[in-house]
Amino acid sequence: MAKKQLMPWFNTVRPKYERVMKNSMSFQIIGTGSAYPVCIKTNDELSQLVDTTDEWISSRTGIKSRHISTTESLSELAVTAAKQALEDANVKSEELSLIICATIQGDYVTPSLACVVQKEIGAKCPAFDVNAACSGFIYGLDIALGYYERKKADKVLIIAAETMSKHVNWKDRATCVLFGDGAGAVVLSAGDGLVAIKTTASGATDILTIPGRTGNNPFSEPKAIDDYLYMNGPEVFKFAVTSMCRDLKDVIAAAGLTETEIDMVLPHQANLKIIEGAMNRLKIPEEKYYGNIEHSGNISAASIPILLDELNKAGLIKKGFKLALSSFGGGLTSAACVIKWNKEAVQK
Amino acid sequence: MTVLNKVAEILADHTDVAVEEITMETNFEKLGLDSLDMVDLVMQMEEEFDVKIAINQQLAQVSDLVKLIEGLQN
Repeated sequence: MAKKQLMPWFNTVRPKYERVMKNSMSFQIIGTGSAYPVCIKTNDELSQLVDTTDEWISSRTGIKSRHISTTESLSELAVTAAKQALEDANVKSEELSLIICATIQGDYVTPSLACVVQKEIGAKCPAFDVNAACSGFIYGLDIALGYYERKKADKVLIIAAETMSKHVNWKDRATCVLFGDGAGAVVLSAGDGLVAIKTTASGATDILTIPGRTGNNPFSEPKAIDDYLYMNGPEVFKFAVTSMCRDLKDVIAAAGLTETEIDMVLPHQANLKIIEGAMNRLKIPEEKYYGNIEHSGNISAASIPILLDELNKAGLIKKGFKLALSSFGGGLTSAACVIKWNKEAVQK
Repeated sequence: MTVLNKVAEILADHTDVAVEEITMETNFEKLGLDSLDMVDLVMQMEEEFDVKIAINQQLAQVSDLVKLIEGLQN
């Protein structure tokens, strides 16, 4: 195979972002949780709303249904996921040293979603949000790592929660069918679970965007903007496949492992075709890839922690398993990490 | 490997059509390829022939892709 041609913005020389935790203390995941809104919308139901079909959506994306918020606030979903993760970890909210929420937008511009969760669960620790779109959860893990390295954290709660249904144009058949709502959470404690992690950003405002609010400032020039999610599908696909292959190779190598030694791959659930595209280019056996896109759609940052919780609750993650997580999306950002699972498998 | 052979090999791998049935006139859409399949195909061609192909190309049939890559190679 010839050397891979990368997208133009990858050709710049960049510093090494991979961080390897050889012989040093990082963290381990000791609990997981997740929450979906109650309302489920199937492809058939959406085909009554926009000109599309179940066959069109499922053959192009792998999605069959998604959860859409009706009465639930994002804060409620985040709190439910957080409480489940705390219970699974057997940690009380007052033991937390930090709460990080990954979201592109909480229920409020301020307070942050993390602060709303802090209040609702009765925690006393610092809390803030991080926006790295679909990569937000792994960005959150990397931030938490810094707290552990500075010995400023004992138990950390990381939540990723998104209401994508607020941001898509429900009249645009190309995008509204792709996304869903939900929240996922993990509780961390000091340990040697995180083996390698990397984050990347390649700023771009024309490939995947959701414009912010413009307000009613009487002194500014009024601008007519389309304030819904815009996505250049082919560009995003290329970015996603390229990032996923490169990032997984980087973190697996940084962890001192080979691709065949990975027990489970949890890719961001954006589109089955992206995962297949990366799968065809990597040496990790097909049966190691896990997903839930069929019933979840793309839930941005929340995709991976929800998937992690579903696998944990199903008892599929065995103690000692090496997990590879990979995400990519708005920013454009990407991130990946290798985690050793130190938790006993849930008995089924 | 010629450009046509490689395109045929990738298409045969992704669809039910046999390698020998793929010609310069084979139409991508008729094979059932959607826009993301086309990006994947173009990316595989970039990897194989060490060329850079802009993503917004209008590629209807095999000959369009073959001519594009041959043009980039020269």
